Amino acid sequence: MILRVLSRLSAGVVTLACVYAITFVMVVAIPGNPFQSGERKMSPEVEQALRARYHMDNNWAYFGEYLAGAIRLDFGPSYTYNDWTCNQIIASALPVSMLVGLLAILIAVMVGVPIGVLSAVRRDSWLDATTLALVMVGISMPTFVVGSALLTVFAVHLHWFPVGGWGTLAHLPLPAITLSLPFIAYIARLTRVGMLDALGSDFIRTAVAKGLSTRVVVWRHAFQVAFLPVLSYLGPATAQALTGSFAVEKVFGVPGLGQHFVNAALNRDAGLILGCVLVFAALLIVLNMLIDALYAWIDPRISGAV
Amino acid sequence: MTRPGDTRRSGVHRALVVLSVTVLAALLVTSAATLPFTLNWYDVQELGEAVRHAPTSDPTVSFDSFEPSVSPGMLAPAARYLHAASSWLGHDDLGRSMLFRLLPGFLISLGIGLASAAIAVCLGTFWGATAALVGGNTDRVMMRIVDVLFGLPYILMVILLKIALTRPLSALLGGQTAVADLIVLFVAIGAVSWLTMARVVRGQVLSLRAQPFIEAARAAGASRLRILCRHLLPNLVGPVIVYATLVIPQAIMQESFLSFLGIGVTQPTPSLGRLAADGVEAVNTFVGYWWLIVYPCGVLVVTLVAMNVLGDALRDRLDPRSQMTSLV
Repeated sequence: MILRVLSRLSAGVVTLACVYAITFVMVVAIPGNPFQSGERKMSPEVEQALRARYHMDNNWAYFGEYLAGAIRLDFGPSYTYNDWTCNQIIASALPVSMLVGLLAILIAVMVGVPIGVLSAVRRDSWLDATTLALVMVGISMPTFVVGSALLTVFAVHLHWFPVGGWGTLAHLPLPAITLSLPFIAYIARLTRVGMLDALGSDFIRTAVAKGLSTRVVVWRHAFQVAFLPVLSYLGPATAQALTGSFAVEKVFGVPGLGQHFVNAALNRDAGLILGCVLVFAALLIVLNMLIDALYAWIDPRISGAV
Repeated sequence: MTRPGDTRRSGVHRALVVLSVTVLAALLVTSAATLPFTLNWYDVQELGEAVRHAPTSDPTVSFDSFEPSVSPGMLAPAARYLHAASSWLGHDDLGRSMLFRLLPGFLISLGIGLASAAIAVCLGTFWGATAALVGGNTDRVMMRIVDVLFGLPYILMVILLKIALTRPLSALLGGQTAVADLIVLFVAIGAVSWLTMARVVRGQVLSLRAQPFIEAARAAGASRLRILCRHLLPNLVGPVIVYATLVIPQAIMQESFLSFLGIGVTQPTPSLGRLAADGVEAVNTFVGYWWLIVYPCGVLVVTLVAMNVLGDALRDRLDPRSQMTSLV
């Protein structure tokens, strides 16, 4: 068991290293540089000095410095936010994104799973058809449109929530709900298929035949099997939700990590790009490991696979 | 409670599929038929009163308002008739007809979706099939690469690819920035969407290779190339098409997100995402220019829903394991 965990961990570290190297190559390969994104044109001497200061004139030294930094979990200074180090930016933005993301995933599971189960049990009813339609629309609406619509209706017109700013509990629900919508849609779909599959199998017929109540059959027998695909979807989904969404953060003015992903890439802010990517990849790896452990716990048939 | 083994779709679902096909076909025919006209008109600013005026079916509104650029007398009769439609869906903040931007925008979004799906399919099929056929360490390394690429946040990759490719390509095309931008857009989206395809194809090839009919072909003396072309590839068509129908709406969605970031299609060129993003910007100023957001989003949602419904129907038909893996 310990050996298995260790081998998974080392595979994770190798993956992280590869992700890091690929990102670095892309950052160096793209044209343009972080110092030219400002309004004032920089004189060549100044730019040269800046590039030398950050070892950008020599890609190997540049890579070496960043790698050494990354191993110490220090991503260096940010090129665009002059007074901040990348670590400070990530440390201030990540908790915000994680809070919103965690809430979104919780909402998604708590809403998506019952919808999926219900529409599988009441298959081909109007309830099923309505849910199907809603789920389709949920998947097909761009987040920035949903967010703006919610903001306009509930904050601007109904005054239920504050329009801008951040810091109180009242700021949380709208971004979390917006972020959760696509996840709700996917989870409902996955649950529905899993439930249909499980409800059609032999052990359910046995359970029904021996006189168990519908509730026990659905939730204790069928759902345990049907939840497994949802669980494996939850790994990547949670990693994505926890690192924030640019659209949601921009629409609601949430100071989260999602905007840094995009802005760092647009500004070629090397340290911040690498930091964000590593945070995302590490979260993804850790969450996938957790999910696999949960999987084995829920489904004893595959306990050897961890 | 359940009908075990019954995977037939209800009548409602069949009606939904027919409706989707009809809607998509109608949109496609309308936008393609009017394309020669709209290509000249999508960027024409009808100044004067027309700026951001609400939808109307009164043709005089648009005729009154566009003296600065063109007068009705200058148009051929057919074009004049078409032009009366310019204010049906209102005008945007630059006085451009929403209808005339929406129609080519639909085609452009569709084109981006199809092209990225094509790239994803080619790359993914090649990668997955090679890994499965060569096997051994090559397979392990190739699939490891896919795993690593999965660990990269895709939106970051799209942005970096977009930045990296735009300038060289527009230089290559002799300064045709709009065309270069479109190409880069679907190349970038396609380049991040092939990973799942590679996994699907690899799994399919591995399972096909173990089946008796391949062994029979080999026993009958068929060459490797013949087995690949005559026996493996035809059996891959189903899952590949199924996945491609998933990629098309995804790519259209990603384009809309990139447009929201301001790095989608370049400005005068319309796409559904671009129009929706512009609309969101206009509406966020708390003024009720609702038609700027309702129409593009409406078309976007209808298109994507129809495509998803179609994709699910195709999956039922083509995917041998659809009973298990169908998502709806």
